[in-house]
Amino acid sequence: MIFDIYAIWRREIIKFTRTRSRIVSSVVMPVVWLIFIGVGFSSSVQIPGIEYMDFLAPGIVGMIILFTSIFSGVSVIWDRQFGFLKEILVAPVSRTSIVLGKTMGGATIAVIHGTIMLAISSAMGLIPVESNLAIAFGFMGLTSVCFVSIGLIIATQMRSMEGFQTIMSFLIMPIFFLSGALFPIENTPEWMQFASYFDPLTYGIDGIRNSLGIQGNVPIFVDGLVLAGFCVGLIMVGGFLFKRSGI
Amino acid sequence: MPSNITEKITIDENENTIEINKLVKKFKNFVAVDSVDLQINKGELFGLLGPNGAGKTTTLNILATLLPPTSGDAKINGFNLKEQNKIRHSIGFVFQDSTLDDELTARENLDIHGRLYHLPKNLRKQRIDEVLDLVELKDKENRQVKTFSGGMKRRLEIARGMMHHPKILFLDEPTLGLDPQTRRNVWNHIERLNKEENLTIILTTHYLEEADYLCNRIAIIDHGKIVAIDSPDNLKKTIRSDTLVLKTNQIKDLVELLQANEISEFTVFENSVNLATDKGERIIPDLLNLASKNQVSINSVELKKSTLEDVFIHFTGHQIREDQASSADVLRNALKATGRF
Repeated sequence: MIFDIYAIWRREIIKFTRTRSRIVSSVVMPVVWLIFIGVGFSSSVQIPGIEYMDFLAPGIVGMIILFTSIFSGVSVIWDRQFGFLKEILVAPVSRTSIVLGKTMGGATIAVIHGTIMLAISSAMGLIPVESNLAIAFGFMGLTSVCFVSIGLIIATQMRSMEGFQTIMSFLIMPIFFLSGALFPIENTPEWMQFASYFDPLTYGIDGIRNSLGIQGNVPIFVDGLVLAGFCVGLIMVGGFLFKRSGI
Repeated sequence: MPSNITEKITIDENENTIEINKLVKKFKNFVAVDSVDLQINKGELFGLLGPNGAGKTTTLNILATLLPPTSGDAKINGFNLKEQNKIRHSIGFVFQDSTLDDELTARENLDIHGRLYHLPKNLRKQRIDEVLDLVELKDKENRQVKTFSGGMKRRLEIARGMMHHPKILFLDEPTLGLDPQTRRNVWNHIERLNKEENLTIILTTHYLEEADYLCNRIAIIDHGKIVAIDSPDNLKKTIRSDTLVLKTNQIKDLVELLQANEISEFTVFENSVNLATDKGERIIPDLLNLASKNQVSINSVELKKSTLEDVFIHFTGHQIREDQASSADVLRNALKATGRF
């Protein structure tokens, strides 16, 4: 089983290294957000105890992980359309291995993107020296697994990429805005705070902030536990739906 | 080891590689496979011949454990359909549409296949080289598959299906969409695999010439049922050897005339009547005389030696390629669109 997962993971990585120039284009957008939203809002938004740019940087790391992860998961639609999924489905490999291989592959790529974003932020002097990077990577990994699974779940419900724009507007953008990436959620109206507690990205970004020495919304172990819970649940739902959807 | 060889030969003669028993597959109310019984022997190059929507692909998918049957059962290499992984290890499957990863190179595509079928590293490397040689793609192994032509892709897929030494190779419409020259080339490869590697091959096709040229035995399948099964030559013998195609604008009159003269072995089409006969060239004059006497004008007469197409018409009552999609096609396409075949 571990070899099957590895085989599928390996393919994702080969494909990723083959198209590594795409990293540039997927990093540009978050950097633009960081600079313009960061500089723009810094002049009028005051967050007690922290510079807005420092607050924003982990949020943008969460953003790039969110987008790359969901996209990796959704890429199963292409595997289906271009037929490669059948090659995997007819092989003596369990559906669980396929889901795990795909998830790990997507998560690896998302963490690489997150790391690049973290490095850029650090180069801009936005990451405090007292950061615990190991724990930050842990949160990046868990967040990636969550959203690759969500991408896979979306892929089992869609037969083509046509509906992706709708999903982008109705699911991914709300996930991003509710997560507290751009503004502290404790100052938002109650309904918004309430909704944000059901958003895995809230805990992902909060966990990254905590591990980077920025005061988070909830204690770091709460972030970790809730996020891990989301991961397990979403992988299981994804696995179930994938088994059911077949070819 | 000589003892092994003799043992292998005795097994060859007795062993059914595939045994299908009353296999049924229903999609809601549509019966795609209707109580199919079939035995396929080791080393055969067996063809499932039928129009689109006849149930060929569905049958293959059930045998490859991709689709559970509604009822009935089958044994593949001695395993029943529940033993999914054992069956999958022992078969190779080449799908109708390409299932290669275009972004990867030929070698990488084969490598991931070897990994998924648990070939250890050394064997994997050795087999990749062997099968690339077999389909003459060795010099292009490091090219991305998206740069390959349709024929090269198909050959690579066949090579990949062979890599893990399957006992049976399933080919679903192996030459669909290929030009005649490439098709001939793919045929040669299929033939070689069957003869040189003594591999059992089961293919589906709706090309009559393909079934005729390649297969030792053919099952004609229509509306989910097997209507005839034999070697291409024997099938051709089951019908009269010649066919006279009479074109006329007075179909009704011609049919009445033939019936009045107790000629009953014919099939009626939109503007022609196909007459089954033994000695076509001799009866043409009589036929024309008879027609002109009864004021039935014949536009043209064509004498055709029997082909598999005639056999097909004989058993199914229609031509294999019909212009209009049948209701079965429509449903099949609808099912395909939802991804459930």
